[in-house]
Amino acid sequence: MTTATNKEELLIVKEQDVVPLRNRVKEYGVKIGMSILNQTKLITATSELVRNLLKYGGGGKVIIESVSNGRDLGVRVTFIDKGPGIKDISLAMQDGYSTGKSLGLGLPGTKRLVNEFDIQTELGNGTTVTIIKWKNG
Amino acid sequence: MERIPILKMGDFLLVTIQVDLYDQLAENLESDLINTINKNNSKGVLIDISAVSIIDSFMGRILGNIAVMSKIMDAQTVVVGMQPAVAITLVELGLSLNGVISALNVEKGMDLLRAKMYNGDNEEQTYDDSNE
Amino acid sequence: MNIQISQQMQNNLLGSLKEHQNKLLTTWSQLLQANGSTDGATEEEESKEFAALFLDALQHSNGNTESHEFEKVHDLLIGISSSRGRRGFSPRENAQYLIAFKEAASKILSETASDPTELYNANLQLSTLLDNMTILTFESYMKGREDVISRQIDEISEISTPVIRVWDGVVALPIIGTLDSSRTQVVMENLLQQIVDTGSSIAILDISGVPAVDSLVAQHLIKTVSATRLMGAECIISGIRPEIAQTVVHLGIDLTGIITKASLASALQTAFEMLQLTVVKRK
Repeated sequence: MTTATNKEELLIVKEQDVVPLRNRVKEYGVKIGMSILNQTKLITATSELVRNLLKYGGGGKVIIESVSNGRDLGVRVTFIDKGPGIKDISLAMQDGYSTGKSLGLGLPGTKRLVNEFDIQTELGNGTTVTIIKWKNG
Repeated sequence: MERIPILKMGDFLLVTIQVDLYDQLAENLESDLINTINKNNSKGVLIDISAVSIIDSFMGRILGNIAVMSKIMDAQTVVVGMQPAVAITLVELGLSLNGVISALNVEKGMDLLRAKMYNGDNEEQTYDDSNE
Repeated sequence: MNIQISQQMQNNLLGSLKEHQNKLLTTWSQLLQANGSTDGATEEEESKEFAALFLDALQHSNGNTESHEFEKVHDLLIGISSSRGRRGFSPRENAQYLIAFKEAASKILSETASDPTELYNANLQLSTLLDNMTILTFESYMKGREDVISRQIDEISEISTPVIRVWDGVVALPIIGTLDSSRTQVVMENLLQQIVDTGSSIAILDISGVPAVDSLVAQHLIKTVSATRLMGAECIISGIRPEIAQTVVHLGIDLTGIITKASLASALQTAFEMLQLTVVKRK
């Protein structure tokens, strides 16, 4: 069971919003005593996902939370956009696949950086991606 | 528009990234650097990323682009000072930055650039530690 | 009305206990000796201190068991039980220590009390107080143990990944035991940090002590080599035993991009060549 203790919401509409978002995520990681390496992985994953949010979803909101599962503390970041959604989710999760001009390791690469990764998408109704990085994960 | 300063030191260009990059800033750096290489006919570029706390796929791609583009313009690029956490994260992410030559610190990076300049491009990477 | 009664009882209870402090101590130590959970002088000191503080707290708290007077007793008790833990008492013996105190106290109460209702209420209150404290001793005992365990985990993970400076500019890391993904992470972090700290351009990863290399372990090794190269250093893997070479090939693992050596000695030799150093024998 995962419970959230601390929560905040940020609106992401332009590229300059990315740096403050990364800083906020880092602060959440520092607060629970996350190692530099796990912080770096979490922030990098955030950076990847927020780029998708801006590029494919046309912006949206990001929720940062401190979470606990009883044994460990962690940070959960949720990316919500109201964009066109992803047509073929299993294809998007394949290594090396991309529709944009990035390297195509966005989603699967990002998944490897975090402990929990969940993606919900509906054509025409947007995409929600949720990641959790545990302190000792 | 915010820009990252590029310093000219003889045949070399020196870039120290002190701020957190976002995509536009990285793209500006790419074009600025290529233009500066062209203007000064530079032979080497040293990019110090020791203050950079994260590199994601986009910034990784920019670094790779810079290395390849400068190579076409006959300049070597060396990336120095990558943080351990950044290196591990890049590997997990699946990004190996092919084509980018790296060195531990500015000093070793300079040595590497000099060795490459005077011994030609085909010289294998040298591990000269005589400066210590 | 209720409060008044309770206070009155409390005062009676206290009056009798405080007056009999010495008798209480004697009875307590007799009981402890009877069930064998005692070790003499140190304990006597502790017991005296505890009894005094506990009785004082009872006197000043006016029947309120949540009173801050008892915090001092709790602190003392945590100290006593962790000290007893270090002296080798089991948690059962630690609990018996307080149970014996309760027994001694209620014995004295029954000797001095005249009214059965009063005695009953006093005993009930005493029980609640001391039972809570017994739980506290268990908790602090457990916490002491957990601290030891977590310290040991830290020590083990540090011991298991020592980074050795074998030469100026060369670090070596012998890996002993199975390499899983969480351990790989520790190994990588340690190795890379040492590379930065020592400014070494060559790292040797010795896997002589790794019992088996499967595709997962190989993947971890390849990741470590890639990360080292990203930082601008080279990584040599040494200690490849014949059976490891066999499994690697049978499993179809590609190690071609990686410098591998059979022994640490030959890895060091390679490192010297890379650094353009030669080892010569003095004539």
